[in-house]
Amino acid sequence: MAIARALAREQFTHQERAPGLDERSKAKRFEQLFVAHLDSAYDLARWLTRDERNAEDVVQEACLRAFKFLDGFHGDNARVWLLAIVRNTYYTWLRKNQFQALNVPLDEEGADGVPLEFDGGNPVDELLQQKDARRLINGALEQLPAEFREVIVLRELEDLSYKEIAAVADIPLGTVMSRLARARKLLLQHLQQVRQEV
Amino acid sequence: MDCTDIRSRLPAYLDQELDAANVAAIDRHLAACDACSAAFARQSNLRRALREQLTYHRAPAGLASRIRSQVTPAEPRRFRFAPQWWQFGAAVAATAVVTWMAAVEFQRPAPDQLLAEEVIAGHARAVLTSHVADVATSDQHTVKPWLSSKLDFSPPVTDLTGAGFPLLGGRLDYLDNRPVAALAYQHRQHLISLFVWPERDAARSAPMRGFSRQGYNVLHWTDAGMTYWAISDLNGNELRDFAQAYASAK
Repeated sequence: MAIARALAREQFTHQERAPGLDERSKAKRFEQLFVAHLDSAYDLARWLTRDERNAEDVVQEACLRAFKFLDGFHGDNARVWLLAIVRNTYYTWLRKNQFQALNVPLDEEGADGVPLEFDGGNPVDELLQQKDARRLINGALEQLPAEFREVIVLRELEDLSYKEIAAVADIPLGTVMSRLARARKLLLQHLQQVRQEV
Repeated sequence: MDCTDIRSRLPAYLDQELDAANVAAIDRHLAACDACSAAFARQSNLRRALREQLTYHRAPAGLASRIRSQVTPAEPRRFRFAPQWWQFGAAVAATAVVTWMAAVEFQRPAPDQLLAEEVIAGHARAVLTSHVADVATSDQHTVKPWLSSKLDFSPPVTDLTGAGFPLLGGRLDYLDNRPVAALAYQHRQHLISLFVWPERDAARSAPMRGFSRQGYNVLHWTDAGMTYWAISDLNGNELRDFAQAYASAK
């Protein structure tokens, strides 16, 4: 009995001590799957936090989580998985830091009677003629509420499909479409306003 | 479909998320309806402005290594088995090796699949190290001779700026047990790697086919004795556009 106990104890410490092929192959797998998509992760975090330092913090935290749950990843789209973790990490971080409540209308289909579509001329073409078009357009996206900002980033910068956006943002496909439509309408409204002020 | 139906489908039409029947119906409607086609123009102008003007924030230098150092132990740990467990460890290792060999035997992937892994790794390595070109120029007349001088073949190199895919340069890589040419192209913020080398079996011809893995889209085809692998995190449709632009310009 004593020997068995000693054996069990030794076996335990053996596993504790050994650096293990497991650990190294896990690091390698992590590298291949996720570090390769670091630019995507940072881009989303940077647009969500609107700040460089906070974006780095969110990405680091997200990568630690991804590493922790690496064994649970069996899918084939590591980028989508990592982006979903970045997004969750951002909202956790937001709550923890007690930032202002997210100001998103519950009904995305336009219960206020306002159609989802923008209907006032074509502000974009004229804006593009201006020297600071880049600043104005970046500014337009920055001022959108996070829920709308993220779908635009995922669609236009990360080039994800509706299905992939649905997976990252954890919303149904129909919501992806209406949220994108609404986000675009808000962007057009904002740009229209900017144009009139110029 | 009336205008209301059309308008509600425009975003999905713009995002290429509709099936062929819906696309055809909207095409017909837009050709006939000025109001709807103006609405579509507004949306597609916005899309173009966003894609051309929005800043893509790349991860700052050093972030990757900071993350690596957090997920792996700070210093390499040494094996410190107590002497009496040396044999136990060896036995475990031997069993593991046997199991591993058996697993490798039984799960050996198809040759193409192995190659696809190599292609993905080659592209990811270039992105990770920010080393996309050994010779960084959009001048095809510089890239091609440089690659030809380093390789035992001469890869077709064409700048595709006109089609929206500017050439960034060329580099060498080692795939399929041989040195190969890797051409780097850009489309918006996305990097495309095109790997080229002579097909081993010159008579083999493979039509273009694509698949996606690990968040990348991959296209593979052969043409005139050369084998081609294009890979990017660009969407499948645009990667196909790239491959077609390349194939027709060559």
